Amino acid sequence: MIDTQVAEHLLHSADLDYSALQQSLQSMYNGSVDYADIYLQSSIHEAWVLEDSIVKSGSFNIERGLGVRAVSGEKTGFAYADSIDPPALKRAAAAARGIAEQGVERKVGVLSAVQHTPLYGVDNPLDSLAEPKKIALLQAMDKRARAADPRIKEVSVSLTGSYEHVLVAATDGTLASDVRPLVRLNCSVLAEQNGRRERGSSGGGGRVDYHYFMQPVWLDTDGKGPEKQRFESYVDEAVRQALIMLEAQPAPAGSMPVVLGSGWPGVLLHEAVGHGLEGDFNRKGASSYSGRMGEQVAAKGITIVDDGTISNRRGSLSVDDEGTPTQYNTLIEDGRLVGYMQDKLNARLMGVAPTGNGRRESYAHLPMPRMTNTYMLGGDKTPEEIIASVKRGIYAPQFSGGQVDITSGKFVFSASEAYLIEDGKITAPLKGATLIGNGPDAMSAVSMVGNDLALDTGIGVCGKDGQSVPVGVGQPTLKIDAMTVGGTE
Amino acid sequence: MATTKTSANLTAPEQLQPDLDRALQALDEALAQAKKRGASAAECALAHSRGLSVSTRLNEVETVEFNQDGSLGITVYRGQSKGSASTSDLSPEAVAIAVEKADAIARFTQADSCAGLADKELMAFGYPEPELFYAADQSPEYATEQALACEAVMLSVDDRIVNSDGAHYSSHCGFRVYGNSHGFIGHYMSSRQSLSCMPIAKEGEKMERDYAYTVARNPALLSSPEAVAREAAATTLARLGARSIPTCSAPVIFHSDLAHHLFGSFAGAISGGSLYRKSSFLLDHLGQPIFPDWLDIHEDPLIPGGLASSPFDHEGVVTQARDIVQNGVLETYLLTSYAARKLGMQTTGHAGGIHNWRVQPKASHLDADLSALCKRMGRGLLVTELMGQGVNMVTGDYSRGAAGFWVENGEIQFPVSEVTIAGNLKQMFQQMVAMADDVDPRHGVLSGSVLVENMKIAGA
Repeated sequence: MIDTQVAEHLLHSADLDYSALQQSLQSMYNGSVDYADIYLQSSIHEAWVLEDSIVKSGSFNIERGLGVRAVSGEKTGFAYADSIDPPALKRAAAAARGIAEQGVERKVGVLSAVQHTPLYGVDNPLDSLAEPKKIALLQAMDKRARAADPRIKEVSVSLTGSYEHVLVAATDGTLASDVRPLVRLNCSVLAEQNGRRERGSSGGGGRVDYHYFMQPVWLDTDGKGPEKQRFESYVDEAVRQALIMLEAQPAPAGSMPVVLGSGWPGVLLHEAVGHGLEGDFNRKGASSYSGRMGEQVAAKGITIVDDGTISNRRGSLSVDDEGTPTQYNTLIEDGRLVGYMQDKLNARLMGVAPTGNGRRESYAHLPMPRMTNTYMLGGDKTPEEIIASVKRGIYAPQFSGGQVDITSGKFVFSASEAYLIEDGKITAPLKGATLIGNGPDAMSAVSMVGNDLALDTGIGVCGKDGQSVPVGVGQPTLKIDAMTVGGTE
Repeated sequence: MATTKTSANLTAPEQLQPDLDRALQALDEALAQAKKRGASAAECALAHSRGLSVSTRLNEVETVEFNQDGSLGITVYRGQSKGSASTSDLSPEAVAIAVEKADAIARFTQADSCAGLADKELMAFGYPEPELFYAADQSPEYATEQALACEAVMLSVDDRIVNSDGAHYSSHCGFRVYGNSHGFIGHYMSSRQSLSCMPIAKEGEKMERDYAYTVARNPALLSSPEAVAREAAATTLARLGARSIPTCSAPVIFHSDLAHHLFGSFAGAISGGSLYRKSSFLLDHLGQPIFPDWLDIHEDPLIPGGLASSPFDHEGVVTQARDIVQNGVLETYLLTSYAARKLGMQTTGHAGGIHNWRVQPKASHLDADLSALCKRMGRGLLVTELMGQGVNMVTGDYSRGAAGFWVENGEIQFPVSEVTIAGNLKQMFQQMVAMADDVDPRHGVLSGSVLVENMKIAGA
């Protein structure tokens, strides 16, 4: 369906209508052009930052523009404009069309609205809280952090919200729109003890409004424990991490068993598996997973999915940036490679269907196959029995981020909170360390899968070819029999 | 401004002039609106870039992108409170909305005694025009020709290069404009082009990829497509057969292509923002030895064609040549006016970052080239790739994924991958042993390869 709000916002206010889009597409669709699309986008973004116990800065950004793409075989022509109006559309279309030979005109499909289920609200999240209340929220967090422990010396809190309208029209008749809210709240603290300083940070968000941060949550995963508001849980978590790090000892170096916590450590899957299963790399034969469809690429019992359809999640989209509704895509099933993530271009060239993974950072960037929410399904082990099975290794419940070389399959991710496991028990906290491995090897070395699947709190940003998009990750507690841990001892 | 033969295809400053005029008008408009609204001070910045990027893959054009980017940012002060806004649309209506938004935010943010513009007497009034704009051919035909030429050579070098992740040529030019309510308005034009390629090599079942690139403001200073192709092919082929090594402690050489990461972390640690937040491993180190006494770091913001050249910083403060490190001793922090006030010091003109650093070892610790540095090391790891973030700026703890070559008796033995290198930056800086005279010109920090005495290498 096409939201009338989007049409009003992106088309009518700019002297454009559907027939103008149709005409513009038709002007490109001839000769060797196989496909063309027009992407209209407007976004507003705000940020409020607290430091030194005062909300000292705030910013507001407005972006509005259009991108036009023409595809001929494997060739793509692309141009964009930072305004939405008929002349800008015409110029961009002519420039994008330039890559292909002119020739016989082809008929653009009648633009018809793509049916999809909205996964999030259409209201502007920036308006969900009055400015004085945004300030009060940040101050409450500062106060809570400083009151938690005298060793907390610095607190910074940031609140951001964005609100986007997008509209896509394509020569295949696609006409789709989406209204996308996204909010994020983050708390970072610095603890100091005997001259030693350490940082802790925590946060979250999603395609919701600011009231999300005031909802009640529970301390314990079993739903018991004291009730608190979500923003309070972020503060407590940041403080907890910083105080633990004050006691951290140097991490060990070398190959050893590694137990990864549930939730955000799923960044492992994002790096070790996810990128390698993006359609572009596989069409080009550039991934260590290329040509391995149907093969066993992970231990039995491992199922990994990319799921863009979870309501209100940071990585979710009702439709992707090419107007394809997002899906629940199984990538690895019981250890066997069963699916890649596709945008339209790579799907067409590989002779498969798009999977709703065509994403772009903005109108000024080309779409590519990208992840949404990538996670591993739960197994049957309790986290306790997984820890108990390790004689000597590390347990890592928090990570800062990672990177992968999809061709060799080598990936890294950096633990920001880790502990030594000795004789099946968690003992000393460890300083941060980078873990390195090879995707297929690491996935084959997974020997235990927990029953505690959790998704991250809504903090992920994925970068590829210079484009950033919000994503989600998740996993249950996992044991990898051997990984290289980059400590100093 | 460099003069070159005129050609229909070559960019010229005059082509940017209409956009620059529009930008200056928008900036005037924004500052006037802020004043009209009763702002006590305001500043406005605008960047504009246009050009194109062409990529080829397996000798065919893959994408042709026409780029045109720009946005205006305005900061409005109401006493000691401030608000900021930006807009990609420079129409008077959009600029008015941005100023209104910034002003509205300034009514809610809290007074900060350190907030404000940099002092008027520090403004770069009468700044020298930097030489950063060079005419370039920005036609899709020329860009395509460069990328195709590069990729064709890359694919023909060796049978083990079985695939390609493409070649890429881009050329952009544009300008920066900054103005504030002190009456300072500055602007300069610049250009930048780059060519890169990424081969994929295969031996047995194992694939490796690497890349090479050239980047310069002046197109005449780019390496040839053939040179880029041969370098990419050589580095990629050299990785074939890479293996992990047993966990050990050993000396490490950071290849000149990576050395800027080390000095970049140093720059981050002596930056005002990290210091006033007490989030640096180099707190209170002004005047202290950070590096061995044979190492100097000099900053020159006005190198013609310099990738990090700038006559004024992001607050309009005049930039100047400085010694950052002399005989290993930290001579200055890198401050913005805000950080300077927080620390009770004076801004150093570093809003927006550093301006062309040259890392200069004394002759006694400078080897002629990388192979001489390997000989000096004897046995250890030559690192040519780093992966992941792994740097804790609060503690200096360092742990990153690495790939490179194992060196014995000063000679490369075999390629290494899937290892980590770990240590602490403070110690790594002090344990620098020597450098090679193989300065990489492609970064804002100009440095040769660096030998560090000892790090922990984790492997198989």
